Amino acid sequence: MSEGNLVKMVDIHKWFGKVYALKGVDFSVNRGEIVGLVGDNGAGKSTLIKILSGIYPPDKGRIYFEGKEVKFSSPRDAMKIGIEVIHQELTVAPLMSIARNIFMGREIEKHIGPIKLLDLKRMRDESLRALNKIGLFMRDVDTIIENLSGGERQGVAIARAMYFKTKLLILDEPTNNLSVKESAKVLEFIKELKNEGISCVFITHNLYHVYPIADRIVVLSHGKKVGDFKKEETSIENITQIITSE
Amino acid sequence: MAFRLFIEILKRKEISVLVILLIVISFFYSLQPVFLSTSNTDALRRITPELSIPALGITMLMITGEFDLSIGSVFGFTPILAATLMDTGINAWVSISFSLLICCLIGAIHGIITTKANIPSFITTLGGMLIWRGAALAITGGMPKYFHVPPEIANILTRSITGSISFHVQELWLITLTIVFSIILFRHKFGNWMLATGGNKEAARALGINTSKVKTLCFMLCSLMAGFGGIMQSTRLAAALPNQGDGLEFDAIAAAVIGGTSLYGGSGTIIGTVIGGYLSRVIENGLVIIRAPSYYYRLYIGIIIIIAVIMNLYLQRRAMKVRG
Repeated sequence: MSEGNLVKMVDIHKWFGKVYALKGVDFSVNRGEIVGLVGDNGAGKSTLIKILSGIYPPDKGRIYFEGKEVKFSSPRDAMKIGIEVIHQELTVAPLMSIARNIFMGREIEKHIGPIKLLDLKRMRDESLRALNKIGLFMRDVDTIIENLSGGERQGVAIARAMYFKTKLLILDEPTNNLSVKESAKVLEFIKELKNEGISCVFITHNLYHVYPIADRIVVLSHGKKVGDFKKEETSIENITQIITSE
Repeated sequence: MAFRLFIEILKRKEISVLVILLIVISFFYSLQPVFLSTSNTDALRRITPELSIPALGITMLMITGEFDLSIGSVFGFTPILAATLMDTGINAWVSISFSLLICCLIGAIHGIITTKANIPSFITTLGGMLIWRGAALAITGGMPKYFHVPPEIANILTRSITGSISFHVQELWLITLTIVFSIILFRHKFGNWMLATGGNKEAARALGINTSKVKTLCFMLCSLMAGFGGIMQSTRLAAALPNQGDGLEFDAIAAAVIGGTSLYGGSGTIIGTVIGGYLSRVIENGLVIIRAPSYYYRLYIGIIIIIAVIMNLYLQRRAMKVRG
C-alpha cells in the first residue's frame, strides 16, 4: 500500500439480481488529488460511489482507507472517517439559513447558565469564513437556501465539507442542471478544496467540466475500468474515443 | 435604515397574521362595541390558551413534517382518565401527573408506529383520534364526569385576577410555553434538528441526526400539550366531557397554518401560532357577539386560512424583491 493512497478499492464486484453492475473494479484516490470518474449512463459510476460512501456493501472486494481496511454499514460510518458525498440538492434543507445548514447536526453551542444553547453568532462567523475560503462571498449567511442559485447551493455543501475537515469529498454530477456560469463557479470551489488538501472524486458525464481541474481521469464502461490516466498522458479526444468505442 | 427595518419586519411571517387579527378585532368592535368590554375580553383571554397550548404542540410536530389528528381526542381523554382515577380516591396531583404521563406514552406510540412502520402520520393519528375518543366514551358511557380538584391545583391552572388590570393564569402558561418552545426551536440544537428533519430528512440523516427520535419526541410533546390543554379546560369547567375537544385538531392545525407553519414541514414559528390561535377564537367569539349564527364560524375560519396563506406568500415574495 503506497503512502499516497487515501482510499483504495480492490476488485469490487456488485450484482443487482441478474445485473452484474461492477465486474472487479480497482479504484484509488491519492491525497489531495482530484479524480474525474467518467463513463456513459449505466457504466457503474454511481454504484461504485455508493459502495465507497457506505450506501451498499460490495458483494466482493475490499476497501482501504488510509491504509486500513474498512467496512461501512451506513453512510454515517463513511462520514465518520471523513468520506462525504454531495448530490445535487440532496444535502441541504431549502428553508433553513446557510449558517444553520452548514452546522446541521454539528451545531456550535455555548453555555448559558446551566443550559446549552446554539452559539448563533459563532455559527454565522464561521460559516462566512468557510464560504470565503472556497471563494463564495455571501452578504448574509441568514439567507435561506431556497433563495440561492444552484451553484451557490453546491458551494454551501462544499464549504461545509471543508469546514468539517472531510478527507474525501465525492461530488455526484455537481454541475448537472447548472448554467455555464454557475458550473464555472462550482469548478472554482473544487479547486479551492484541493488547495486545502482535500481529495475529490468528481463524477460526471461532461468531460469538458472535469478535464480542466482533474489530476487523473478514470473511465468506466459496462461495469469495468477501461481507462485510468494521468491528465498529462491523455486528452479529451482520447477519452471520448475510449468511452464511445466500448 | 428605517426602511430596511420595515422590510425586515414585513419579511416576518407573523406580521400578516397580526394585521388580519387587528382588522378582525376592529371589524367586530365597530359592529358591536361590547366585543371589547372587559367581561368579553376576559372570557376570550381565559379560553384561548386552551386552544393555543395544544396548537403550540402541533406546531412543533408539523415543523418536523408530521401531523397529529388525535389531539382533540387526547384533549378529551386525558381529563376523563384523571377524573376516573380521582374517583377511585387517588390523590388529584398523582392522578393528573399520571394522566399527563400517559399522554407522553400516547405520543410515543404514535411516533414509534409512524417512524418504524414508515406509514403517514395522517393515518396513525387518524387511528389515534378514533381510539382515544372511543376510550373516553367507553370509560364514561358517554356521560360527563365531575372534575373536582383541590384549590391549589385550580389556582395553578385557572386562577384569574380581575379588576382594573385583569390577569389569568392560563395566559401565564401560554406565555411561558411560547418562550420555552421558541428557545427550543430557534436557539437550541434540538430545534435545528427539528427544522432539518422537516426540511430535508435525507440530508438530516446523512449528517447523523436521528430523525425518528426527533419526530417521536415531538409527537410526545404534541400529545402532552393536548392533554394539558384538556386538563386546563376541565379544571375551568369542573367537568370532564367525553366529547371535549371535538374538532380541536382542525382549529389547532388552522392556528399553526394561519401563523405561517409550513404544511410540508421545515418552517414555522411559535409566535405565529399564538396569533393564529387568538384569531380563531376572536372570530368564534365575535360572531356570537354580533349575533351571527354560530354555524358561520367554520366557514370564516376556512376563508381566513386561505387568505392568510396567500398573504404570507405574497408579502414574503414582495419583501424579497424589494431587498433585491
